Amino acid sequence: MDELDVLNRLKDAGIEVLTCMQCGTCSGSCPSGRYTSLNTRRFVRMVQVNMDMLHCEDLWMCATCYNCQERCPRGIKIVDAILTIRTIAVHEGIMLPEHRKISHLLLKHGHSVPINDSTKQKREKLGLEPLPETVHKYPQALKDVQRLMESCEFDKLVAEK
Amino acid sequence: MTKLSLFLGCIIPNRYPGIEKATKFCLDKLGIDCNDLKGASCCPAPGVFRSFDKTTWIALASRNIALSEELGRDVLTVCNGCYGSLADANHELKKDATLKKSTNAHLEKIGKEFKGTADVRHIVEFLYDELGPENIKEMVVNPLKLRVALHYGCHLVKPSNERNLGSVERPDFFDELIEAIGAESVDYSDKMACCGAGGGVRSGLHGTSLEMVNHKLSRIQEADVDCIVNACPFCHLQFDGGQVEIKDILGIDYSIPVLHYSQLLGLALGFSSQEMGIDLNQIKNNEFIEKLKKLTED
Repeated sequence: MDELDVLNRLKDAGIEVLTCMQCGTCSGSCPSGRYTSLNTRRFVRMVQVNMDMLHCEDLWMCATCYNCQERCPRGIKIVDAILTIRTIAVHEGIMLPEHRKISHLLLKHGHSVPINDSTKQKREKLGLEPLPETVHKYPQALKDVQRLMESCEFDKLVAEK
Repeated sequence: MTKLSLFLGCIIPNRYPGIEKATKFCLDKLGIDCNDLKGASCCPAPGVFRSFDKTTWIALASRNIALSEELGRDVLTVCNGCYGSLADANHELKKDATLKKSTNAHLEKIGKEFKGTADVRHIVEFLYDELGPENIKEMVVNPLKLRVALHYGCHLVKPSNERNLGSVERPDFFDELIEAIGAESVDYSDKMACCGAGGGVRSGLHGTSLEMVNHKLSRIQEADVDCIVNACPFCHLQFDGGQVEIKDILGIDYSIPVLHYSQLLGLALGFSSQEMGIDLNQIKNNEFIEKLKKLTED
């Protein structure tokens, strides 16, 4: 993908990163950056100069706490930018294997964290029905959810490449 | 008062059913009209699915909201992630007619329509706004003299331009609800810090996510509290399951009990810790369970 396209995609989404003055408030506020290579200030700079961020593993280290976005003196929507770049990456077939797995759980069960036997037992112990009042209990509702995901081509998007 | 439908999400019914039971007990006891939202799915999770594909994210979210619209009820969420997803999706669909039209084109295939007639609420802001700490205080039968480390969780208050719940740096509405049941909300270092679960970090980069929760737990431990209270089952899972994983990997044993606000409120309204499923957590702390017994049986 043409790197310039990333900046344009951000602009289309109403996100302007070129006004960043590299003050570092974002990195100083980042709980993930305390433990990982994620340096939000540098990340924004690299986006500004059209470096390839789609393959950069820092992209997946943001816990979306929004500290940087709330505190940015220039009002840059930093988390929204990261999420938008993730979208571009996923549509280019780039995603973590674990994220592909939970996407398949969503496709199969309509839940990203489906029920298991141990929780069914806990539910019964509490006097609740073993299956909750969600798609787990209503097969037609699950079919609807699956049809909706097919309509959005989510199944194709997250298929093993 | 506003009529509600209870949106369960994934982690509450499928991992921590005690929170489901506690929420239903509390709503009933407080006289809040709330039905099950039958056939709902994953919200879908904002940190992962929203960033993978916005079309899918908003289509599934709009279906969940449409189910509640059909009942003529607002959606009640009990999870910061579900709140974030459904409130954001609702807001975007209500303000963007083109997005609403394209989303409804998908929904039409399953005979549903997003109309934009329902609001999305979070149980904490709902209780604060519609009942208020004073009214809750009056209904308490077991004042819980506990030292609580309150964890707001990021997506309850942020992004602030979507939430409009006041200060994101030092909010206090949730603390007031903790004090209302007789407990002390203890101030501690990094109180507003993230638990490290969101944004697909817990699912995608587990080790990083544990380092973040370990940091937060170390700060909570310094504050010498009886328990952690949250309003989000994903933060709950991160604190509860995370402690077990930290013990296994790093050899640090915190054994700090973790409660969702619904469970804490349930105890104060007269239910037992067993009824609220507090003993079904991964972290076992008998001393705390005994303390609760004394507080709720006197």
